[in-house]
Amino acid sequence: MKSLKVVVPALLLAGLGAGAVATAAGITPQSMADALHMVLETDRTVYTRLIVNRLQNEEKVIKASEHWKEEKALVLPAQMFRAGAEMTRDKGASFSYSLLSLWPVNKQNKPKTDAEKKGLQYVVDNKGKNFYTDEKLGGKKYFTAVYPDYAVAQACITCHNDHKDTPKKDFKMGDVMGAVVIRIPVDG
Amino acid sequence: MKQKTNWIPWVLATVVTMALAGYLGQRLTGEDRTVFVPGAMTHGHHQIELGCDTCHTPFNGVKQEACVECHGARLAASDDSHPKKKFEDPRNAEQLDILDARLCVTCHLEHRPQKTRAMGLTLPDDYCFHCHQEVGEDRPSHQGLAFDSCASAGCHNYHDNTALYEDFLAKHANEPALLLRASLPQRGLAARMRASGIAIKPPLARSQQDAPAGIKPDEAVLQEWADTAHARGGVNCSDCHQPRQADGAVAAWTDKPGHAACAQCHETEVKGFLDSRHGMRLKQNLPPMTPAMARHPMQADARDRELGCASCHGAHGFDTRRAAVESCLGCHDDQHSRAFKESPHFLAGTAGKPAVTCATCHLPRTPHKHGDTNVVRVEHNQNWNLRPNEKMVRGVCLNCHGLGFTLDALADPALIANNFRGQPARHVESVEWAAQRVTQPSKGDTP
Repeated sequence: MKSLKVVVPALLLAGLGAGAVATAAGITPQSMADALHMVLETDRTVYTRLIVNRLQNEEKVIKASEHWKEEKALVLPAQMFRAGAEMTRDKGASFSYSLLSLWPVNKQNKPKTDAEKKGLQYVVDNKGKNFYTDEKLGGKKYFTAVYPDYAVAQACITCHNDHKDTPKKDFKMGDVMGAVVIRIPVDG
Repeated sequence: MKQKTNWIPWVLATVVTMALAGYLGQRLTGEDRTVFVPGAMTHGHHQIELGCDTCHTPFNGVKQEACVECHGARLAASDDSHPKKKFEDPRNAEQLDILDARLCVTCHLEHRPQKTRAMGLTLPDDYCFHCHQEVGEDRPSHQGLAFDSCASAGCHNYHDNTALYEDFLAKHANEPALLLRASLPQRGLAARMRASGIAIKPPLARSQQDAPAGIKPDEAVLQEWADTAHARGGVNCSDCHQPRQADGAVAAWTDKPGHAACAQCHETEVKGFLDSRHGMRLKQNLPPMTPAMARHPMQADARDRELGCASCHGAHGFDTRRAAVESCLGCHDDQHSRAFKESPHFLAGTAGKPAVTCATCHLPRTPHKHGDTNVVRVEHNQNWNLRPNEKMVRGVCLNCHGLGFTLDALADPALIANNFRGQPARHVESVEWAAQRVTQPSKGDTP
């Protein structure tokens, strides 16, 4: 696999895990995807636990709602994640990320490409493992990484199990509920 | 044998080409560029068809930013259901090959009168199919529904679903046709001026008018001014007729101040006006809109009236009541307008004053953010609430009416034409479907 010919921001390097490969010449797409995922996952977990679960479920001072604007409520963690993904695209990022599931509340978020279909099934069948592949979309080649997305707080489970549009009503803490898919354009 | 060249056709061709080039060149750089308009424009843009550069780049490409410049704020305010950013993820590449939803012109081409339908749409009406063909799997109520009916039956809107999404429909199920709490938000000009740092000055008496020597104000005009909120708010003759320049200098007296003078205090109202069908020509530096240019039926004697702030508000009286009805009816002469004074909206008022005016619905009081301050302004861009008419539901109709009745009424063209005299003859089932789905999510849908 070819390295990305990009200047790697220092912050991104700082976020790389133990297995990361970063050299002066560049950084592998997988290292970049892993680092992005670590930041995304951590930020969302912090938001879920410290904001949503604490204020809604423990302190009971404010609700989180899908219709947050309408109900003057907190944005749901999944919505915060998506809003970030959209804002990142708006800023012209070359990479992209999305939150998908085999059991999505919104059907537009079920796996669509072959890589997504394979990857989402893989992370459900092989708990704890990520899925990496290459794919070609719209004539461009991407390194595509699929990371399991776990139920980390009671709020995740309650909301999904009780939602009128959910195809699955028996999620438990620690279950793989879906996956984060990160795409990085590569040469070739 | 040497053949003699016949120069006549060559000379003729050269002369014709040069004449044509000269003519087109003169048209291109002149004011009248109608010769270059390839086909009639939609009802929303025909006023500015000679402002070619508003939308086109020099080599004919249409700028996406041009669409966003005028329509972006409304789309953002309505939480556009299909914003460009939703489609930019590469996972949508295959769908974009079929329908590039990132570009306005994919669905809204101009200059195509033969294929343009409602809302300036130039695609076949069943476009929802491309991404939502599986809708019936989750919603038995939708099985067998035609895809060209999604947006035409009062149920969905491609951009603005603020009053149409499922949970909202369910929440507003079973409301009566007329709500007990029928009321409008209060306008908040003073709050906005304070937030903008514009001083509200002490009231002025008639004798304190400051027209310069040499300008002799008409007594009736002076009295009109003295009776208005302008005099009560300390706005003197010079504030409008000699507006301050950017450098603080006082301008020369002008008899008829334009919208820029009004914008000194009424900035957002003027912005709305300049984005509206009434003011969009002024925004593009074209001569003002007149009823003669309109495609709707207009009063014959109003044909040449030039539209600006004063054409509806008057020049000194600034009576918002008149601006809300009589100014409209002074030009508009379509069936809906002519029926207004017989309508329940008009007749529900007292002492000849309508309970609901033209402006209540078409230039409604609209909450917006001014910095961090929430204020209510009169939205002077009627496009914000005009078409498709579901755009009007949230900000206008629901102030007084229940959602079910509202959707039914707006889906009945005959009822709209006679200005809501009678009951809706159509029924939009979406409210019942949504309510059923929320209460019986697994199998509650009606096939």
